[in-house]
Amino acid sequence: MNSDTVGQWLDIGPVTQIKAGSARTLPVAGGEEIAVFLTSRGEYFALVNKCPHKHGPLSEGMVHGDSVTCPLHNWRISLRTGEALGDDRGCTPTIPLKVDGGRLFLLREAVLAPRRQAAVGERALDTAA
Amino acid sequence: MNAIFPFPDTSGSREKLVVIGNGMAGCRAVEEVLARAPGRFDITIIGAEPRVNYNRIMLSPVLAGEKAFDDIIINGPQWYADNAIALISGDPAERIDREARMVVTRSGLALPYDTLLIATGSDPFIIPVPGHDLAGVVTFRDLDDVDRMVAAAEVGAGEGSNAAVVIGGGLLGLEAAHGLALRGMQVTVVHLMPTLMERQLDEAAGWLLRQELERRGHTILTSANTKAILGAAGRVAGIVLEDGTRIRADLVVMAAGIKPATALAKSAGLACERGIVVDDHMQTSDPAILAVGECVQHRGACYGLVAPIWEMCRALADHLTGSGGGGGYEGSVTSTKLKVSGIDVFSAGDFSGGEGCEDIVMRDAAHGIYKRLVIRDNRLIGAVLYGDTADGNWYFDLLRRQEDIAAIRQSLIFGQAYAAGGAGGDPHAAVAALANDAEVCGCNGVSKGAVICAINEGAHSVAAVRSTCKASASCGSCTNIVESLLALTLGAEVEAGPKTLCGCTSFTHDDVRRLIVERELKLIPQVMQELHWNTPEGCASCRPALNYYLLCAWPGEYEDDETSRFVNERLHANIQKDGTYSVVPRMWGGITSPRELRAIADVVEKYNAPMVKVTGGQRLDIFGIRKEDLPAVWADLNAAGMVSGHAYGKALRTVKTCVGSEWCRFGTQDSTGLGVKIEQATWGSYMPHKFKIAVSGCPRNCAEATIKDFGIVCVDSGYELHVGGNGGIKVRVTDLLCKVETEVEAMEHCLAFIQLYREDAHYLERTAPWIERKGLEWLKAQLFTDPDRIGRLAARFRLSQKYWQIDPWAGRAAGAHHDLHQHLAEVRPLALENAR
Ligand code: SRM
Ligand SMILES: Cc1cc2nc3c(=O)[nH]c(=O)nc-3n(C[C@H](O)[C@H](O)[C@H](O)COP(=O)(O)OP(=O)(O)OC[C@H]3O[C@@H](n4cnc5c(N)ncnc54)[C@H](O)[C@@H]3O)c2cc1C
Ligand code: SF4
Ligand code: FES
Repeated sequence: MNSDTVGQWLDIGPVTQIKAGSARTLPVAGGEEIAVFLTSRGEYFALVNKCPHKHGPLSEGMVHGDSVTCPLHNWRISLRTGEALGDDRGCTPTIPLKVDGGRLFLLREAVLAPRRQAAVGERALDTAA
Repeated sequence: MNAIFPFPDTSGSREKLVVIGNGMAGCRAVEEVLARAPGRFDITIIGAEPRVNYNRIMLSPVLAGEKAFDDIIINGPQWYADNAIALISGDPAERIDREARMVVTRSGLALPYDTLLIATGSDPFIIPVPGHDLAGVVTFRDLDDVDRMVAAAEVGAGEGSNAAVVIGGGLLGLEAAHGLALRGMQVTVVHLMPTLMERQLDEAAGWLLRQELERRGHTILTSANTKAILGAAGRVAGIVLEDGTRIRADLVVMAAGIKPATALAKSAGLACERGIVVDDHMQTSDPAILAVGECVQHRGACYGLVAPIWEMCRALADHLTGSGGGGGYEGSVTSTKLKVSGIDVFSAGDFSGGEGCEDIVMRDAAHGIYKRLVIRDNRLIGAVLYGDTADGNWYFDLLRRQEDIAAIRQSLIFGQAYAAGGAGGDPHAAVAALANDAEVCGCNGVSKGAVICAINEGAHSVAAVRSTCKASASCGSCTNIVESLLALTLGAEVEAGPKTLCGCTSFTHDDVRRLIVERELKLIPQVMQELHWNTPEGCASCRPALNYYLLCAWPGEYEDDETSRFVNERLHANIQKDGTYSVVPRMWGGITSPRELRAIADVVEKYNAPMVKVTGGQRLDIFGIRKEDLPAVWADLNAAGMVSGHAYGKALRTVKTCVGSEWCRFGTQDSTGLGVKIEQATWGSYMPHKFKIAVSGCPRNCAEATIKDFGIVCVDSGYELHVGGNGGIKVRVTDLLCKVETEVEAMEHCLAFIQLYREDAHYLERTAPWIERKGLEWLKAQLFTDPDRIGRLAARFRLSQKYWQIDPWAGRAAGAHHDLHQHLAEVRPLALENAR
C-alpha cells in the first residue's frame, strides 16, 4: 500500500477541488460511490459514501474534527476508521488515499473493490427509524 | 564550481565519507561523526549553494532585516579547514554510480566513496498555475531567495508602491510576509485553507493570528485558490484567484509547501516513496548509502523541522561510528513556534481531537490568550498556545514523555508554576487564598468580597451571581473563579443555573445574543474567543445557532458560514432517505398559473422525478432529484419566474390562504391578496425555527390560521391577528394578539412580530414554546407600550430583507458553489484500466 509503483494509485485530480470542512463524491460504475473529505485541519479522507445505519450519503454531513455527522439521522462516523462513534455500532469501508505533488490518489483496488456488502449498523436506542 | 578548499591528502587509508548537501542535516551529521570518531573519515561535502554551512531557520530574521548573513553562519571556513573537510560548493552532485561507488558533480568531478550520505533537504513546492515561471515569482528556501526578495522590496522602496503576494499561509509564508512588510512592502497572504497555519493551529488560534496580522496591515485571504499569475513584459504583475479576484503584485512568493528532494536518490535506484526510505539507522536500501534530514522518509513520516533532524543525526553517527549503542532513531513528536516578533504561537502533537479525547480550553479575551490542551487516557497528546507560550516547553515535555497527568489535571491549563506550585491540583485553593478585596471580575470591577456577599444573600448559582453583582456577566473569563467561590461558600448547595446554550459555554442563549450585540461580535471564532468557549471549534448545536444569531444581529455585514449549516440549508433542498432531494418552489399564497404548472410538469418529465405531490403547505413538491441536477432544475423553475420555497429552512415556509372575498360567498376581506403580499414581504428571511403564516377570509378559518406562527382571520370590521400556533408534534392554538382595521396595519404588525421573534427567541425554538416561555403579556408589552416600537421593529426587518431576500437558487443555477453539486470525477472500469 505504501509503494509508489505506477498503476496502483488512481489520480483523481488536484487537491484544490475540495473545500475544507466538506466532501465531494466520486461515483464508480459497477461499484460504490466514494466520498472524499477535507477536514478543516487539512487532512484528506476517502470512504464509501454510505452510512452504516441506513445508507445515508455521508458526503452531505457536517464535518467536525475528523468525524462526519450523517445528514439523515445524525450518526457520527469517524473519517479515519469509518467506525460509527458513540453508542452506535457499524462501519463504513475506508479507501486508502495519498496526496502527492498537489494531487489526490486513491488506492485503485480499493476503489474497484466489488460491490461491498455494506454493513448495517445497530443503534443502542433506535430513535431515528 | 567554487571549491573553497583543496582536497586533503587522500592517499591514506581512511574511509571516504562523501556528503551530498551542505545544509542543516548534512553538516550536523558530520559534526556528530567528528565528535565520536575524530580523524576516522576522510570527509568531502558537496553543496549546491555557493557558500558555507548556515542556519536556514534564521533566513526569516535575515529577510526581516534583523540579522545579516554573517550572523547566521554555523560553520565558517575555519571549521572545514580545522577538520580537514573538503567542501565543493556551488557544484551540485548530479549522478551516483553505485556500482563504482562514485558521485559525479555537475562540473564533472568524480568522487569515490566508501560511505555516501545524502542530505539534499527539500524543494519548495511550486503550484503549477499559469505564470509560475515569470520573473518575480520566488520561493523561500535559501539565501539567494532572500536576496531576490530584498531586491524586489528595494525597487519601489520610498514610493510606497510595491506590493507582494505570498501564496501560502503556513509557517514559512507568514514569516516571509512579516519580513517583506518590515521592508516596506504591502503584503497580501493568499491561503487555500480557511484558517492560517491549519496544520499547526486549530480554528480558534488561527483566527487570533489572522486578527493580529490584519491589525498589522497585512491583507489575509483565506479559502482562496490561486488560478493564475499575471505578467506584464515578462515580469509578474499580479495574481488572479479562482473567484476572479485580481491582486496587484511586484513580487509573488510561493510558500505552498515543500517536497523532499529525492530526484538524485531516485535516479540512482534507491527505494523512495514520498522521501528516501531509511531505517532506524538512517540507512537507505543500499547499505553503503545513508540519508538524513528533510529528504528522508522514516517509518512513513517526513519532517520539515530541525528538531527531528538533530535526533536523526545522533542515531546516524552512533551507527556509523559503532558507538553509543542506542537503538537507533524512533521517530519524533514535533512542536512548532512562529518566528514573528510580538506574536507568540506554539503548537505540538495531535490536536485533531476525536473519540476518547478531551479538550481543556482557556481563553482570556482581555489579554488575547488562547490555550488548548488535548488529553487522552490521562496523557497530554496535543497543545496549542496563542498569546502566552511560556509553558510551551513544559507541555511539550509532558507530551513527549507521555506522563500520566491525572494528579495535576485540574490545574494543568494554568501552567507549570501553578500546577507544580503545591496547590495539590486543587483549583479552589488559589481562589481561597485571594484577598477579600482582590478584584475577580475586571469587566465590572467586582471584588471577591462582593461576590461572597452576593452568594450569602442568596445568589446560589452562577447565573444568580451574574444578575446580582454582575461578576462574570460580561466576558465570562472569571466564571471559573465565581464557580470556585460558590463551591467554597456553599459546598453542596450550589444550584445549577438555567440551561446554557450548549456544553461549550457557560452562557445561556439570551446572554450570548445580548453580548453579540453589546460587544459587537461579528464572527463565530470571535464570539468563541470573547465569550470564553471551552471547546476549540464549538459543536453541532452551537455553530448553527451562532451563525443565525450573527446574521440576525448584523444584516449586510455578516457573511454566512456554510460549514455551520445542516445539509438542507447548504443545498437549498430537502434530503430524502435515498440521498436524493425534493424541490419545492414558492407558490405565492398557494396560487399558481398555467405557466408555473407547465414548468413544473416539464421539470418532472425532464429529470424523471418519480413523484410530484401537493404538500400540506399549499404547493407542489417534486421528489427524487439528484444533487447534480438541482442547479439545472432551479434554472428551469427560475425561467418560469419561480423562486425557492425554503421548505428546507429555518426560515419563512409558507403563507397559506383561502379564496376569500374575491370568490367565497362568506369572504370578508381579500385573504388571498393579503397572503400573497405578506409572503412577498417575508420570504427569504431566516428565523430561529421554521415560521408559517396563514390568512383566512372569515372565522370559518379554512386556511387553519389559528395553528400557525402568525395567523390572520379576516372579519367584517378588519383583521384579527393571532400568534404562536403550532400543528405538528404538540398542537397549540394561537393566542389573539390584537385586532386591526387595515391591511397595512396587519402587514406592519406581522413584520414587527417576526422581527421580535427573530431577535429574541432561542435558536430552534418555535413561536409556540417561545410565547409559552415569555408569556403573552410580555409580548403585548413589547409591542404596544411604546407606540413607535412596531414601526422600528418592522423597519429592522425590512433592512434585513434588503440583504437576505435573495433567491438562493438563482445563484446556484448561475454556477455558484458548483463544487457542492458536481462529482469530483466518475470512475468507469475501462477508463480505470487506462488510468495511471
Ligand atoms: C412536504 C410536507 C408533507 C407533505 O407532503 O405535505 C412536509 C414534510 C416534512 N416535514 Fe412537515 N411537511 C409539510 C407540512 C407540514 C405541516 C402542515 C402545514 O405547514 O400546514 C405541519 C404542521 C404545521 C406546523 O408546522 O405547525 C408540519 C409539521 C412538521 C414538523 C413538526 C413541527 C412542530 O413544530 O411540531 C416537523 C419536524 C420539525 O420541523 O422538526 C416537520 C418536518 C418535515 C420534514 C422536513 C422532515 C424532515 O426533517 O425531513 C419533511 C421533509 C419534506 C421534504 O423532504 O420535502 N413537519 N409539516 C409538507 C411541506 C409543506 C410545504 O409546502 O413547505
Ligand atoms: C525560511 C525558513 C525558516 C524556517 N524556520 C524553521 C523553524 O523556525 N524551525 C524549524 O525547526 N525549522 C525551520 N525551517 C526548516 C529547516 O530549515 C529545515 O528543516 C532544515 O533546514 C532541513 O535541513 P536539511 O539539511 O534536510 O535541508 P537543507 O537545510 O535545505 O539542506 C539541504 C542542502 O542540500 C543542498 N542540495 C540539494 N541537492 C543537492 C545536490 N544534488 N548536490 C549538492 N547539494 C544539494 C541544498 O542546496 C541545501 O543547501 C525553516 C526553513 C526555512 C526555509
Ligand atoms: S409526517 Fe413524518 S413522514 Fe410525513 S412528511 Fe412529515 S416528517 Fe415525513
Ligand atoms: S443513515 Fe446515517 S444516520 Fe441513519
